[in-house]
This record gives sequence, structure tokens and C-alpha cells, in this order.
Amino acid sequence: MSSGFRVAKAGLQCSAQDSGRIGYQSYGIASSGALDLRSLAIANILVGNPEGEAALETCLAGPELEIEVGNVMAIAGADMEPKLNGEAVPQYAAFAVSPGDILSLGAAVTGCRAYLAFAGGLDLPLVMGSRSTNVKCGLGGLEGRGLRAGDRIGFRSPLAPLDPDPRRRARTEDFSGRVATLRAVAGPQDEFFTQAGIDTFYGAEFCLTERSDRMGCVLEGPVVQAKGKTDIVSDGIPLGAIQIPSQGKPIVMLADRQTTGGYAKIATVIGADIPLLAQRRPGEKVAFKRVSVGEARRDALTEIAQLAELRRHIERGG
Amino acid sequence: MPKASFRPAGDRAIVASFGEAINEELNAAVLGLDRNLEEDSIAGVIETVPTYRSLLVYYDPAKLSFRRLERELAKRSCSLSNAAPRSGRTIEIPVRYGGVYGEDLSDIARYCGLSEAEVIARHSDRDYRIYMLGFLPGFAYLGGMDPSLAMPRLDTPRKAIPAGSVGIGGEQTGIYPLASPGGWRLIGRTPLKPYDPRREPPILYRAGDFVRFRSVDDEEFEDIRASL
Repeated sequence: MSSGFRVAKAGLQCSAQDSGRIGYQSYGIASSGALDLRSLAIANILVGNPEGEAALETCLAGPELEIEVGNVMAIAGADMEPKLNGEAVPQYAAFAVSPGDILSLGAAVTGCRAYLAFAGGLDLPLVMGSRSTNVKCGLGGLEGRGLRAGDRIGFRSPLAPLDPDPRRRARTEDFSGRVATLRAVAGPQDEFFTQAGIDTFYGAEFCLTERSDRMGCVLEGPVVQAKGKTDIVSDGIPLGAIQIPSQGKPIVMLADRQTTGGYAKIATVIGADIPLLAQRRPGEKVAFKRVSVGEARRDALTEIAQLAELRRHIERGG
Repeated sequence: MPKASFRPAGDRAIVASFGEAINEELNAAVLGLDRNLEEDSIAGVIETVPTYRSLLVYYDPAKLSFRRLERELAKRSCSLSNAAPRSGRTIEIPVRYGGVYGEDLSDIARYCGLSEAEVIARHSDRDYRIYMLGFLPGFAYLGGMDPSLAMPRLDTPRKAIPAGSVGIGGEQTGIYPLASPGGWRLIGRTPLKPYDPRREPPILYRAGDFVRFRSVDDEEFEDIRASL
């Protein structure tokens, strides 16, 4: 496997993620995949990849990479002030990298997770149909773990050189708002909570704790009152499910979550808003807004259309 | 047969719930609908997660609406409700009981007032139903353990339990599919790899199958391990 880049500094929780491992949740294997699928898709579209291609996901602080093979890349998501050989490079725009270049990302200024996509994708093996890393299970990505200094990863089919092309850019997303409002569909077990508890849930602000990771975000805030215990007979946990354990603090379940569990789920964050949560940092706030499945679906269709429009804009130059 | 109720689980999944209890009838209804979707798929359904009493169905909102999927699942679960529940395969799990592989066997025997041989005999004399998989890759929730073997979990969980360990926790028995911390009492270990990410399928069994344990000696344990 030829190397596309060498990791000089690993950053924090930097791992390869694609759109996820589909079809194994019935065996207890999490889907994993990028937490912010929208930023992953934008970074990939900018370099001409399929939206779900594997890229590097890095959390709060980015890696330093020594480029060994020329390619085209793009960074989307959290702003980590990327520099190429010490000079600032824009995010949400494709740029060329050459052998010997040093790409370095710093600490996140806004947002939490950045995505580094390389044209042609990362040369990592498919494990159960995906290149996503599941650190908990030691699965996928590079040897089932996060990146370390000294690691090398190749490019499957690098695209170089690329003409400087002003079209290969997208609107920068802003993750700096004081509160991120996450839209959620009620249930599937909201009947476990009192009306007061439900009013608290949709009315209050909650703060992300340090115990937030790729499995889930643990929130701090007013207690969401239940009618009794919130233990249920274990059932499936969808992405974005908001579990309320008996002490009343919500946990929003994310890509590396357990596939099944035994806490009542008061509501489920809609797919389109999972990226907003993925970009919140410990100490930042979220609130929940109730929406219907129908509204959420219109939004999902709008997002698909927007990403398709971005790709058309880039690829046909208009 | 139990009747299903349907609820959204966000905007990209629906949960078909057949009840609130742990029993074979509810689980058979869940697995009946799951197998039906496997044999006669609905365009836009991505994957399913069968559990004790509900089926979580993930779908692509670009291809399916909640209402349409709900109607289709309701129709299918009604027409299935008179069909006899189908039985799964029986997977034999060789186990080296006791010794270094099952260091809590003697404690269980003492706690339950049985000889070690009797614990082994009662643990390996039946088929255990796999209700569901979850918690860890390939962790099977088994039903039907002889209640005379029940023993509470350890007060302090072990930090690392080797993959393949077979244990008892309360009224349940199970196999650790990969090395992990855990509080179950260890009675033995299987040389098989219940979970192997390089194998397809990566897990030896699925919900609806049955597991039967078979006691093996050191020599057979090593032979099986070497043959993998």
C-alpha cells in the first residue's frame, strides 16, 4: 500500500469515517460513520468523490500531515484554521497538495469536528462494507483504531494536478450560535414522562458535558421528570434517540452507539440536525424543538437536493 | 398472535412493537416480520434490528414516507399473525467448562448446592433461544436457562474477560463475543470465535437461532481452536 500522507501529529480522536456500516446492527454492530454526515458529504463533493467516501474525522483539534503523494483535498466542518506549509488555506474549498507539503490543523475555533477529504478516497480496507473506524470494537479504518503519529495512509486514486478552479468551493457553515436548536420527533417512548417532564424537555436549554463522544452526547440541565422508572424491555436504539436514564439527564445516541438498550426514549433528533449536535462542543448548549415526521422528511429531501445542486454547480461549472 | 403498534423513531426509522414482555410468542412475532422483510424486501428499507418485543426498521426518507411504510408493515404483520412461528437453526457451542477457562464454576456449584458436574450437565442439556443480539457485536440474549443455576453477578466486574468466555449473570447465561469488562460468573470458554470481523457473516448466529452448549476436554478445545 503506497502512502499518500504520513501523520506527524495525530490531533484528537482522528479516525477514518465514511457514511457508515450498513446491515450489521442486527448482529449488535454499530453503524459508525461520520457524526456530521453533511460536512463529510460537502468535503467529498468538493473533491469529486461520492458523498459517503471515507475521510478523516477529527475532534476539537486537527492533525498535522506530511503529504507524500500529490492530490486534491478539501476540509469542511469545524474551523481548525488549516495551514499548508504555514500559509492559511480556506475551508469549504478544494486545494492541491504536493509531496513534501505539511498540512496542519489547529484547535477548533468554532464547531467540534472537521472532515478532511482526499480525491479518490483513502486506501483502507472495506470491513463489512465500510471503511469507518469503530474504536470500541477495534473495527475498520486503520487497524480499528484512531490515527497515531507515524501512521501512513494511501490514496486509492489520487486526482492531481487539479487546475485552480474557483467553482470547487461551497458556502462556509457557521457552528458558532449560542444554542443549537435540534428538531426532534416525539417518542418512541414519550409516554414514560409526565407532561411537566415533556414541557421541560422542549422548553429548557441543555449543556453538553465532557462525557460526550462518538457513542453519544451526555447532557446536563434540568431533570426531565418521568412518571416512574424509565427502564424498558430492551429495544433498538435509532440514531439520534434521546434516552433519559432514571436520574433524568438526557443522552443523545450517536453513530457508535449500542444497537439496543433499555432506557425510555423521549424523542429522536431528526437526521438533518444530527450534524448540528456533532458540531457542539462540551460546555455548549442545545435545545429541542418538536417536529412531525412529515416536516422532517421535507427537510431531508431539501438537503438531498441542496447537495445534488452543489455537485452540479461544481461539476458542470455553473 | 400479538398485534403490532407502530411509532416513528425519528424521521428515518419506525419501530413495530408487539408488546412489553420477554416471551417466545412476542419474539416469534418480531422475528416473523423480520424474516418477511428479508424475503420480500420493501424498496427504501435499509436494515432492521429485531429485539425481544419490537422490530426497528431503518428506511430512506427519500424513498419512503413513514405513513406508507407503516401501512405496508401493518398489512404484513396482520397476514403473518396466523402463520406458525418458524424455528431457527441450532448452533452447537463446544465449551471447556471449569479450570482456568471457567474460574467461577466451583463458586456456582457451591452457591447452587450442586456438584460441578451437575452444573455442567444442567447448563448443556438444552437449546437456548436467541431472542436478540445487542450490547456488543454478537452478544446474544439467550432465554431458557435452568433457574437452579442462577447466581448474582460479581459485586466488582472484572476488567478484562477473554473472548469466548461463557458466563452466568443472574438468571441469564451468555457468551462474551469479544474481550471486554464484565460482571458475569465465568463457567467456561468456547474455542469458537462467536465474532470475527474478517468472516462473513461476522457473527456465528442470529436472533431466532438456538444455541446448545457441549462440554469438551482440553484436547478437543485445542483441536477446535487450531482448526479455525
